[in-house]
Amino acid sequence: MAGTHAVEIRWHGRGGQGAKTACLLLADAAFDSGKYVQGFPEYGPERQGAPITAYNRITESPCKVHSNIYKPDYVVVVDETLLSTVDVTAGLSEDGAIIINTEKKADELRPMLRGYKGQVCTLDAKRIAEENLGKNYPNTPMLAAVVKVSKVIEERKFVEDMKHSFEHKFHNKPSVVTGNMNALKQTLREVKVG
Amino acid sequence: MAKQDRMSGNEAVAYAMKQINPDVMGAFPITPSTEIPQYYSEYIADGEVDTEFITVESEHSAMASVIGSSAAGARSVTATSSCGLAYMWELLYVAASMRLPITMAVVNRALTGPININNDHSDSMGARDSGWIQIYAETNQEVYDNFIQAIPISERMRLPIMVCQDGFITSHGVSNIELLDDEEVRDFVGEYEPEHFLLNSEEPYAVGPYGISAYYMEAKRAQAQSMKDSMAVIMDVANEFKELTGRDYGFFEEYMMGDAEVALVVIGSSAGTGKEAVDRLRGEGKKVGLIKLRVFRPFPRKPLAYAMCKVKAVAVMDKAESFSNSGGPLFNEARSSLYDLPNKPFVINYIYGLGGRDITVEDFYEIYQDLFVIYRTDDPEDVYRYIGVRDSRYRYE
Repeated sequence: MAGTHAVEIRWHGRGGQGAKTACLLLADAAFDSGKYVQGFPEYGPERQGAPITAYNRITESPCKVHSNIYKPDYVVVVDETLLSTVDVTAGLSEDGAIIINTEKKADELRPMLRGYKGQVCTLDAKRIAEENLGKNYPNTPMLAAVVKVSKVIEERKFVEDMKHSFEHKFHNKPSVVTGNMNALKQTLREVKVG
Repeated sequence: MAKQDRMSGNEAVAYAMKQINPDVMGAFPITPSTEIPQYYSEYIADGEVDTEFITVESEHSAMASVIGSSAAGARSVTATSSCGLAYMWELLYVAASMRLPITMAVVNRALTGPININNDHSDSMGARDSGWIQIYAETNQEVYDNFIQAIPISERMRLPIMVCQDGFITSHGVSNIELLDDEEVRDFVGEYEPEHFLLNSEEPYAVGPYGISAYYMEAKRAQAQSMKDSMAVIMDVANEFKELTGRDYGFFEEYMMGDAEVALVVIGSSAGTGKEAVDRLRGEGKKVGLIKLRVFRPFPRKPLAYAMCKVKAVAVMDKAESFSNSGGPLFNEARSSLYDLPNKPFVINYIYGLGGRDITVEDFYEIYQDLFVIYRTDDPEDVYRYIGVRDSRYRYE
């Protein structure tokens, strides 16, 4: 915990999958909604495929702490193969939730979560990304899932801000804007809170 | 009109550079400072600045290139980290002794052995005797503000300056930041009008000549004097910056020191984590304080000593190991500054955070507990300590 009303989020992914990018997108989105934000990666060996961790702190007043996050409110797992090798629920608040990119059901994954008793939320970010973007870019769905589960940003505001953000970022490629917005809205409908 | 934004520490430096629009940037990429020349070359490619960007084959040449351009009379900047800074070593002394106002962004990273890309201060602390001014930052905002202030400080003093930030922790961490308008920055730094420069046909002069024994020592004495004189200039620039932004800078920041009984002295991003520990301990009624050192070169010997004398026990935090068998660099200078004062506090040293080892609020909490033991017993026991290492209470003796 850092200061009052800090929401702390820890991301687990593999190098090259975009966990860091999704973490920074969340910082952007929370900033746009008027919050104080931190978004930062933790680098181990620099190579594709190695487990990486990234963090967000989202607060109402400036956050002073510059350490990693050991007692997160939410954990996001971008690559479910990490469940067998990384203790992803370490320190995770039982009042919070873990959000996993998977086609499996929450009950199937629970045995791999080392006795974690809080909410287990799932989404098939790969399918959603492939349906809407034509490729396995899980960032947008993972980001939308975190917002949906954590409620750290008001949902309607988030959808509006992301539209502006995508339009700005992909002003030469309107189809990418539509694809990302559809992926985002589909995720908000499909995330399973178990 | 200030603009609210969010960006990483590296982006903040590149953005400040863009607003300054220096004449020359010579740089070679090295983690974690690579993004600075990367972002900056995008600004160049997009025509947003007209800086001459010199691509080189090494950091040694990067420093050589800005020494050349600065001597020629051009406002010159560069950026580096870790082994890159180490590779510049001999030329750091050349830049300082030639009195060249080069501004260098240093993104602090451990030195190799074993190889490591993460943060500590061994790179810039190793360069502490090279004659460069050194300013450190806790946050992205401070990195940005320091970089802008560095230009007038170095140019008024004709001394090179390192603007340091913690690798990855702030360099790659995105957070809120308040940015100045381009015009405000340009007005603040002004046009660079060097007094002497090589490309002045009206005044031919030599730079970097051989300094025989009859002159060398006077040159060094003059350099030492310039470092001493830079104290006043650093404060002048801080005051001008405060008028522009309302943000207050000095040699160091005192946090909750008014009635504190024990305190920390710390450099860089970890100061923020330490402040959180102070807030929590204050919530429990414990009178603790913190001093965040911003300017390490010149070392603010007297004001820092007086600030430390407000408390009975001080822990000085070093994010670099000197292998001196006598504590880290900050500890030695901070403790030495107290020697002539009557009611001096007990001062102990903690080596922490080497090679990216995280330091947490709980670690600082533990240090404050240790200080209260000294406060009660009047016995500092082992002065040279480590925190956050396996067998975490390992001490030298």
